[in-house]
Amino acid sequence: MKKFWKTGEPYVLATGSALAIVLVMTFSLIGVVISNGLGYFWPKELVRFELKDGSAALGQVMQHEKNPISGEHRLQLKVANRDVFGQDFRWIDEQEITKRTLPPDAMLLERREHGNYFGFLKGVNAEGLAVHATATPHQTLELAMKWVEEKSQATLKIKGQMSDLNNRAERLRLKLLKLEYRGKEKNSAAISELTTEREQAMTQFNRLNEQSAAAHEEIARITATFEDAAGGSKDIALSEIIALQRPNDMSFPAKCGAYLERVRELLLDDPRESNTEGGLFPAIFGTIMMVLLMSVFSLPFGVVAAIYLREYAKDGLLTRMVRIAVNNLAGVPSIVYGVFGLGFFVYGIGGSIDSLFFPERLPTPTFGTGGILWSSLTLALLTVPVVIVATEESLASIPRGVREGSLALGATKFQTLTKILLPMATPGIMTGLILSMARAAGEVAPLMIVGVVKLAPTLPFDGNFPFFHMDRKFMHLGFHIYDVGFQSPNVEAAKPMVFVTTMLLLAIVIVASSTAIYLRNRMRRKYTTSTF
Amino acid sequence: MAQTQEQKNMAPILSVSDLNLHYGEAQALKGINLDMAPHQVTAFIGPSGCGKSTLLRCFNRMNDLVESARITGSIRFNGAEVNEPSTDVISLRRRIGMVFQQSNPFPKSIYENIVYGLRIAGVNDKATLDEAVERSLKSAAIWNEVKDRLNDSALGLSGGQAQRICIARAIAVNPEIILMDEPCSALDPISTLKIEELIEELKDKYTIVIVTHNMQQAARVSDVTAFFYLGELIEAGGTRKIFTNPEKKQTEDYITGRFG
Repeated sequence: MKKFWKTGEPYVLATGSALAIVLVMTFSLIGVVISNGLGYFWPKELVRFELKDGSAALGQVMQHEKNPISGEHRLQLKVANRDVFGQDFRWIDEQEITKRTLPPDAMLLERREHGNYFGFLKGVNAEGLAVHATATPHQTLELAMKWVEEKSQATLKIKGQMSDLNNRAERLRLKLLKLEYRGKEKNSAAISELTTEREQAMTQFNRLNEQSAAAHEEIARITATFEDAAGGSKDIALSEIIALQRPNDMSFPAKCGAYLERVRELLLDDPRESNTEGGLFPAIFGTIMMVLLMSVFSLPFGVVAAIYLREYAKDGLLTRMVRIAVNNLAGVPSIVYGVFGLGFFVYGIGGSIDSLFFPERLPTPTFGTGGILWSSLTLALLTVPVVIVATEESLASIPRGVREGSLALGATKFQTLTKILLPMATPGIMTGLILSMARAAGEVAPLMIVGVVKLAPTLPFDGNFPFFHMDRKFMHLGFHIYDVGFQSPNVEAAKPMVFVTTMLLLAIVIVASSTAIYLRNRMRRKYTTSTF
Repeated sequence: MAQTQEQKNMAPILSVSDLNLHYGEAQALKGINLDMAPHQVTAFIGPSGCGKSTLLRCFNRMNDLVESARITGSIRFNGAEVNEPSTDVISLRRRIGMVFQQSNPFPKSIYENIVYGLRIAGVNDKATLDEAVERSLKSAAIWNEVKDRLNDSALGLSGGQAQRICIARAIAVNPEIILMDEPCSALDPISTLKIEELIEELKDKYTIVIVTHNMQQAARVSDVTAFFYLGELIEAGGTRKIFTNPEKKQTEDYITGRFG
């Protein structure tokens, strides 16, 4: 028996099973996220249930389970039509069901508001549209949808012009504010000039606004009448409908097409319905831009600090204390960084910037409120210890001989550092960057108080000068998970969105770190010895 | 005997007098007095920890890197004091090259390794660099082995080749003295032989100081041998004399293998 313990086999087994447990947990977490996330977009069949009490229900079966009280099997049905039924989901006991059918003409409408609508098409109210008398309602609907689509494209153009005008008017307003702040009398000529210019822009804006409103009204006149499973009928304006499908009548390729269309929407569109529907583009963009900005700040700072600590600072008590402090910074709760960021960056630096450069806009803050710049800086602060530690470690691991070789050839310390040591330390520095990027992408708590919002009307980067708007608030996938999952009015309907968002955040982290790992390995091959 | 005579006639290129070196409390070198003549190979022998490498590292002020090192006494290189604070260490190291025990090629191409010393001195003219690469690789007897792959990483070379690259790297900046700190201790016999032949050839152009553990090597390559023991220079003289007829008992004991 003693011999058995001495062989070390049990320890190997123990370490192996520990690894196995970790792997199982990680993969099941990822598995749950992926299976729930990927399944969300597949067009599910619309099942029509006839119940014992004579009523009928139409919906998508979400899950089966045993009723914890009665012990009977029941199923959860997504019936949609929130505006009609008051809720999206209902439970049906299996025994209540007398008949199940898959009506081929059952329709699923994605609407701009009130969630989806499940029902049957009754007729199209297409006044003023040239429709064949013999056309079926479905054909008419298709034609009317096309017409509405074209009209909407035209109004989109007007909307673009309006937004440009609005931006111009806003710029003029800020200029005016500045001039007035500097002295009304002195700049009266310039002020009146700007005022007329601004008024012109506003009139033009109002004219376009009327045009757009008229166009909207014209479009909104085209409606279709639908009937739900309970027999109620509803008129829905076609402009309210984003997409419609008949999932029971779709072939497999058509379903795949619909699936891809939803994925495209997810990646490239704006969110709708308090973030529970639509796309995630602003959040994806915000997350990536924030992480990149964070790297831009934390990498140089961390590397420079580590170089000083390792290469120039005398190895005394102070250096050791600083090193311990840096290592322990990683243990500070991230919300504390958030509070610090709010006090130091937002109110301190941001407030000073406002009073120095934008005094005319006060009390409306410009930089003195949360924004992407302050968020990135706060996270840079949070991740800079990781970069420092990684850089220090990799500088320390460079063989002494290489340093001496360079110095013995008449190189200065600085030349040795830039030409030999830094290139050799790059793979290690990259490791630090990878870790800090992963950490920053997943961090939510500090962001909540320094610049993340539930819904940002504009991206921090756009075509308006100066293109990067560092003062703007932004959306973030991590915060989106919290917001959609726990702050949304309709948590049950938002659940799939939470999984999808989590999946996307994981994907972004994986893509970012894989790229960095690939670059690191290429460098490592270049800088490591392979003598034999 | 003839060699010592010859040595006396030439002005020494390196002249050490009353040199003491302390690492903190411990004294590593005790009152060293030694002259080295130009275009000769001087070998430092002695058991581990006897101070021979430390002395070698005094010549190009590599001991500056060791914080606890304290030096008194004088080292004169062509008559100029090395230990003066005002001495330009950068130009000193350019004139006194060094080859280390472990070959330490930089993680760059062979070409960039050789021209490193020139580049940091501000030489960037392609023709000059090309010429220097060919000249120093030929001097280091490795031109034929690497001339077709100058742009490959120097890290892919074998130990012996890497060590000769390091010698070529030291030669490229045209030093007057080359210090070699046990250059063959990590190499196989064939590579060692190549390096020894190389030292023989380099003697014409450069003054060489070599630290070695291997007494046969000292006997084979050096003109003058200095024997160190516990931080003291026990005996220095013509190599043949040291190995055949040493004056001191300790030298004889070490050479005949009775200790060390």
